[in-house]
Parts: sequence; C-alpha cells; structure tokens
Amino acid sequence: MSTTAVKQDGPAAVTPTPSVGSHVRDYWRRVRGGDIGALPAVLGLLVLCTVFAIMRPSFLSAGNFANLFTQGAAVTLIAMGLVFVLLLGEIDLSAGFASGVCAAVLANVVTVLGYPWYVAVIAAVLTGVVIGTILGLLVAKIGIPSFVVTLAGFLAFQGVVLLLMEEGRNISVRDSVLVAIANRNLPPVIGWALAAVAVAGYAAVQLLRHRNRSARGLITDPIAVVLARIGGLAVILGLAVYVLNLERSRNVLISSLKGVPIVVPIIAVLLIVWTFVLQRTSYGRHIYAVGGNKEAARRAGINVDRIRISVFVICSTMAAIGGIVAASRANSVDPNTGGSNVLLYAVGAAVIGGTSLFGGKGRVLDAVLGGAVVAVIDNGMGLMGYSSGVKYVVTGVVLLLAASVDALSRRRAAASGSR
Amino acid sequence: MSATPLLELRGIDKSFGPVQVLRDVAFAAYPGEVTALVGDNGAGKSTLVKCISGIYPTDAGQFVFDGRPVNIHSPRDAAALGIEVVYQDLALCDNLDIVQNMFLGREKRSGIVLDEPTMEQMAAETLAGLSVRTVKSLRQHVSSLSGGQRQTVAIAKAVLWNSRLVILDEPTAALGVAQTAQVLELVRRLADNGLAVVLISHNMNDVFAVSDRIAALYLGQMVAQVKTTDITHAQVVELITAGRSGGLGLTGESATNGNGAAPADSTTGGVS
Repeated sequence: MSTTAVKQDGPAAVTPTPSVGSHVRDYWRRVRGGDIGALPAVLGLLVLCTVFAIMRPSFLSAGNFANLFTQGAAVTLIAMGLVFVLLLGEIDLSAGFASGVCAAVLANVVTVLGYPWYVAVIAAVLTGVVIGTILGLLVAKIGIPSFVVTLAGFLAFQGVVLLLMEEGRNISVRDSVLVAIANRNLPPVIGWALAAVAVAGYAAVQLLRHRNRSARGLITDPIAVVLARIGGLAVILGLAVYVLNLERSRNVLISSLKGVPIVVPIIAVLLIVWTFVLQRTSYGRHIYAVGGNKEAARRAGINVDRIRISVFVICSTMAAIGGIVAASRANSVDPNTGGSNVLLYAVGAAVIGGTSLFGGKGRVLDAVLGGAVVAVIDNGMGLMGYSSGVKYVVTGVVLLLAASVDALSRRRAAASGSR
Repeated sequence: MSATPLLELRGIDKSFGPVQVLRDVAFAAYPGEVTALVGDNGAGKSTLVKCISGIYPTDAGQFVFDGRPVNIHSPRDAAALGIEVVYQDLALCDNLDIVQNMFLGREKRSGIVLDEPTMEQMAAETLAGLSVRTVKSLRQHVSSLSGGQRQTVAIAKAVLWNSRLVILDEPTAALGVAQTAQVLELVRRLADNGLAVVLISHNMNDVFAVSDRIAALYLGQMVAQVKTTDITHAQVVELITAGRSGGLGLTGESATNGNGAAPADSTTGGVS
C-alpha cells in the first residue's frame, strides 16, 4: 500500500496523484465497465436541445428557458424524493397523488380556512411526512411489497384528493407568497449573488478536500480536474443566470419579466441538502448499504427497518413540496393535481438520470438531470405542435430506453466485475 | 499447550425445539494459533459459531474469555470482546467501495460528516499490516473485485477493529487454487500477528496447511481437539465421519486435551 508510506504536507504536486490523462482513462474504463452514471442523461439532454433548437429556434429563447424550469420543477422535486426509495430497490407509485393530497391540504388551509401561507406549507409538508410514515411502516414492519402498498396508496390518495376537493371542484390559491414560488423571479442581482455563492461554496469544498487528502498522503484527483470541475460549474451557472436575467417580457412597457425563477434556488438548496445527506453522512451511507445488500447491512448493525421507513418519509415529503410548487404554478388545486403523468414523469426523471431500478445506485442530481430531460421533451415537442399523445409515447420510449440502459450497464458491470 | 486459551467454552448445550444440536461442547481457541473447526454437514459447526458470536443464545454452558467468565447475549457483546466473524457469504455491499465496506455500520465521523480521509488511512494501514498487495485502489467498488480479493476485504474488515478472535467460515470454499493459497497465507498471518483464529473448513488440505489445532465436531459433540501435528489426515476424516478414530473420539476419554466427549450412546440425536 503506497498510501501509508507517503506522508507529506506539501502541495499536491509531490503527492502520488494520478495525472489528468490517467484520470480521464480511468473514467473511460469505468464507463466501459458499465458504470455510466448520468452520462446518458447529459448526452440525451445535449442531443434533444440541439434537435429542438434547430427545428424551433424559439426553443432557445430566454422565455422558453425560464419556462423549462417552472414546467419541470414539480416533477423534479418528486423525482428527488423517489431517488431515495429507488436506492433501496423499492418503488413509490403513490408519490404523484401524495403530492396531490398535500397540495389539496395546502389549498384548503390557505383558501378555505384562511390561514397564512406558512401554516398551509407546514400542514402540507406534515401531511407528506404522515403519508410516508404510513407507507414505510406497511412496507418495513408488515412486509407488504412496496409496489402493492403504494399502488393501493395511488388509488386511495386519488380518492382523498377528490374528497378534499368537495367532489371535483377546484380550489384557487391566491396567496401572493405561494403564487410567487413558481411564478415570480428573483431580482437579477440576487440571481448573480446566489450563483457566486454557489460556485464559491463548491470551490471551497472541493479545494479543501483536495488539500486535506493530499496533506494526508491519500490519492487525490488531479488539481487540474478539480479546477476544471469548479470552472465548469461556474460557466454553467453563469450562462444560466445570464440568460434568465435577460428581459423576456413581450412588452417591457407593461411589465418587466426577468430574473431567475424563485423555484430554481429552492430546487438547488434541496439538491445540495439531500446530496450532503446521501454522500457525507452515515445515514446516507447506510441507505446505499441497504440498497446494495440488505443482509450485509443488517449484520453491520444497521437498523434496516428504520432506513426503509425513513426513505418513504423523505419521498412523500418531497412529493409534498412538489405538490406545493404545482399548486403555485397552476394558481389552484384541482382533482387532477399530481395525477395523470406526474408520477410516471417523476419515476422516468429519476431513471433517465441514472438511478438504478435495482437499488443501490443513484444520486439526487440524477433526478434533476432526468427532470431536465423530461421537461425538455415535454416543452420541445409542445413547441413543435405535437399532440399530447405523441408526447406521452416519446416520453414512454425514453423511459424504456433509460431503463434498458440501466439493465444493460448492470449486466456489463456484472460481466466486467467477475473478471 | 502454548498458553492459556483466549476463548474457552465449557459444557455448551444448544437445542432448537426438540432437536439438540450441541451437546456438552468444550472448545478452546488460543492466541497466535489457528484452530480448525471441522465436522460434517449438520455437525453443529455453524451453530457453535453463532453461539460464540452471540447470534444464538446457549441453553447451558460457560464462556471464559481471557481468563474471565463472560456472557455473550448479542453480536454487540461479542464485538465488544473483540470477536469478529467472517461469514461464508462475506456480507459485503457490491455497490460500495472497499473503505466504505470495511467501516460499514461503524463509520468514523467528525461531527455529522463522514471522516473519509481517516477511514481511508485506517483501511490502508490495516491492509498493509496484512501485507495485502493485490488490491489496486481502496476506492474501487467491491463488485469489481475477484473472489479472493473480496475474502481479503472481509477479513481485513474483521481485523480492523483490534479484534482478538477472528472466526472464518469456509473462507476458501469458492476460490481457485492461487486465491486459496493467498487467503490461507492471510489466515496464517492473522495468527502470526497474535490473533486467535478459528477456521471452519471442509478442505483437509487447507486444514493441515494452516492450522495448529484441530477440533472435530460429530453430531453436536466435540469428539476431539488435538494438535495438528499429533493427528493424521485419515484420522481426522474418521473423526468427522464416524466420531472416533483409534484412541480419539467418542470411545474412551481422549487423553489429548481432556475434552468432554460424551458417551457414545448419546449420538442418536436427530441432527440432520
């Protein structure tokens, strides 16, 4: 083990760091070995965007770019929660209507009962926690397959939404704060400030880790790769904020419309929080362990039941947040909120992003990337004037494609693993 | 007898309902020695190991660890004493890397954040202490490792915690020739580092290659525990299959170790 022998506190240049070339080769070897991660989603996103941009130049307009975020937000948020359930190899089919129930609770509390917006938000999120706890208990303690439990939930919650809506009438949401979530934008300056904070924070974390590891003589990624990652994030965030800060109002004299949609930093914060939980805490490590080998996790002293219940709680809670965003975007809640394609789009988003349906593999970022793919398909095909029938078929095909990539890469990994 | 045993069991009984699986079993493991635990399928090897590791409670009998009588009621008790078991199916998570597997359930943290550098260093030191050179990177997923490498990781995981007694359940069962040699070498090195090692094996070549003592179970009874140098291949096979071999085994109190071998007429237990 060369790592123990070398102890130094000098700069990274003297540590046994692999070169940039070997890093790239290493990555390529992992990809060929079946560990492709989010690569298909990123490539798919590039291809789709290029195709739509060529066919419909308006796809690239600032207004449409902002639309993409608000259109995809609810599905992305639900998908972020689903990643946790999928990591255990379970499924939550009720997440869509769970978000509907939570949205209905929100609308009832704020509009019918007239409480302030934060009470409504707390009520909606708590509803999500309760739903998740019930689902989790049924799966972990009673031992009903999650597919069945959540399928029952899917039907029951659909009914609950109807009951909360007093037989199908919709309830409008007029509270200015709630409406702002999906319909208002940040002032351009704040957008830039948040982007700067995000890049600075990411750079600090990456550089600190690099220094810490090389100080202890551990193998680190080459500093050039670390800097490239930071630079890449800065470029992407910078471009996105720049485009979103362009004026996208049809008539500036009537109203100005520019800035980062408020829902974007909400997604970003949740992405950072959940990524931290999954990657840097022992709770997150235990989720991966239970998803990879339940028996091994049990023998390692991990409380498997508690982990299983907790992921359903996280999933339903994220569904609640998704429901709030959906209610905000529509300015109302109707019996179909969280219904129709929401759940399947959310599962699709997680899987397209690279989360395995077999458990043990996936990141919260996958949900965001996959959510972007789903939103781009939905939006781009809408611009091209295709009917929803065609959109559904195409999204279904893409989901199938993603699932087969998952299954094939798994086979490939198994084959290369048994070398 | 080199020293006092690290772990000594006396008069262990264990039944599952009407089936008595262990009958007045005595067993000892010595520091710095490999004790091979042999016996046919259903002889009670796995049950004995699970009693030692706290998974099964015993019906009767005494545990003496390091000269003190102890009670082991749960795997946690066993771990606290420094007893680690490497199970046959290894219990590794394929989707985690080597370091993550070695620290699974006992992660080092600073605050609420995982302390990855410390864990990686400790893992590297442990593997270096076992002279393991076959693993390229500590950050590769276990799914990419060969059978022998997995076994190595599982064993390293067991010795990471300053354990004093390591029980290996058929560590070479699924391995090829070269990998078997590697793992046996590792087992020998554990004992040379001062640990007490218990090796469960069906393979007589492995047993004679690496062990200092052999303990033979036959239908839930300890029929002999002798030094490897004092016994032949054929005798061990006889002990395993018939419960006796010449002066050893069920007839006559074996003079070698004074193990409590029960009378021969009690071998009609329904162990299958």
